[in-house]
Amino acid sequence: MSRSSRRAASAASRYSAFALLRHALTRHRDWQPAWREPTPKRHYDVVVVGGGGHGLATAYYLAKIHGVANVAVVEKGWLGGGNTGRNTTIVRSNYLRDEAAQLYEFALRLWPGLSAELNFNVMFSARGVLNLGHSLQDMRDIERRVNANRLNGIDGEVLDREQVQERAPALNCSPDARYPVLGASWQPRGGVARHDAVAWGFARAADALGVDLLQRTEVTGIRCADGRVQGVETERGFLGADKVACVTAGHSGVLAAMAGLRLPVESRPLQALVSEPLKPCLHTVVMSNAVHGYVSQSDKGDLVIGAGTDGYNGYGQRGSLHVLEHALQAMCELFPSFSRVRMNRHWGGIVDVCPDACPIIGATPVTGLYFNCGWGTGGFKATPGSGYVFADTVAHGRPHPLAEPFALDRFARGALIDEHGAAGVAH
Amino acid sequence: MLLIRCPHCDEERSEEEFTCAGEGGIRRPENPGELSDEEWADYLHFRTNPKGRHRENWCHSAGCRRHFDVVRDTVTYVIHSTARIGDG
Repeated sequence: MSRSSRRAASAASRYSAFALLRHALTRHRDWQPAWREPTPKRHYDVVVVGGGGHGLATAYYLAKIHGVANVAVVEKGWLGGGNTGRNTTIVRSNYLRDEAAQLYEFALRLWPGLSAELNFNVMFSARGVLNLGHSLQDMRDIERRVNANRLNGIDGEVLDREQVQERAPALNCSPDARYPVLGASWQPRGGVARHDAVAWGFARAADALGVDLLQRTEVTGIRCADGRVQGVETERGFLGADKVACVTAGHSGVLAAMAGLRLPVESRPLQALVSEPLKPCLHTVVMSNAVHGYVSQSDKGDLVIGAGTDGYNGYGQRGSLHVLEHALQAMCELFPSFSRVRMNRHWGGIVDVCPDACPIIGATPVTGLYFNCGWGTGGFKATPGSGYVFADTVAHGRPHPLAEPFALDRFARGALIDEHGAAGVAH
Repeated sequence: MLLIRCPHCDEERSEEEFTCAGEGGIRRPENPGELSDEEWADYLHFRTNPKGRHRENWCHSAGCRRHFDVVRDTVTYVIHSTARIGDG
């Protein structure tokens, strides 16, 4: 497709109130699919493995900013069907360490403009994020983190119990509660976004720029010769590539093993669940590291509740019952009025956890092979930023300044970025 | 919910009594002074993360508090064997 006809095609399918009206006149019979179902080419400049939010964002920014449009995104299932569609949709940037804070803050600053940029409503809602403190030590940690955030230009406030109660009236803030609330950190610019829409928005925008989205195409091998990547073997044949960018979250270890590499990641199920829809009752995101749970209310009214990871490796997309039980017990103590809410669905996603709870972004010992993985339990919030810095890294063959501290060699250099306990379990 | 046979207690108990201590069979370096940074990183942080049969070290933390070897499948969650360290 030539550049001008591509522009014409994307202009014709531009989503707007006017388009909605125009389609209403034809009884909505003429809507076109949001992206093509292309036949794989024999060779691409870049093959992105993994059609989740991060992979699709990488492909989008490669085409949009770096002019690399001969790109394929290879996905074994359907777009956004992995962790992108399984997370609890929370967006925030209040991380303790400078390197992590700057990376997540860069991502957070992209969120408010994302719907306009992609011409797709990602339903980003900056409704604020509360991280509760239940003990004096929690409160000291919160003060330290909020101060560190403010030094990094990230909004944050330490709230006392009354201020927390004002923002979350259903929260049990009485002094004799099982988990007494002493206060919280508050990041007003944090919030939630519709996770499926993020994947679909990036997918549609990348497709409009000429990126081939190859669904139901599992990668079965990575072909390397003389320490250089040649392409990927897939169920639909071999795809040659100058560069291969792996963004496969929980399956990063499996992909790395195909290229003869080991990664410092372990894959574990992380669980979440949603309730039946309720009338609006919770207007912010409430997280508690100490009790290992977090909750928000979606625009549809469901309570979206996140639990912890299993204590051992697993690739089954379900988790241990006692982990879930623990999160729900805590949730009922924090919000006694939720105790009789019925849960609709429950699932697990496989997260790739790094020893320092920070991602790995950048080159590998195999020339032309890049990994963006290790986001563990907290990758969704970083989706646009992750794609942006990874696309820059892959396009230029050197780390983006924000990605530089997250290189794979940090483990040999001893330069770990210890976000454990700082960002806490509740990523 | 896993049921795990502790080879020390010789009893099958719920997974809540146990703690997984990660990949099993990792040997301490015999000549630590001679290791390169890369070798240290590999020993400390890099792990095999297989989709399938995996050797692990578990501790019966709410029981006898002793460690043992487990061979478990990370997809089906079937526990193939548990053994005292050195016996397996």
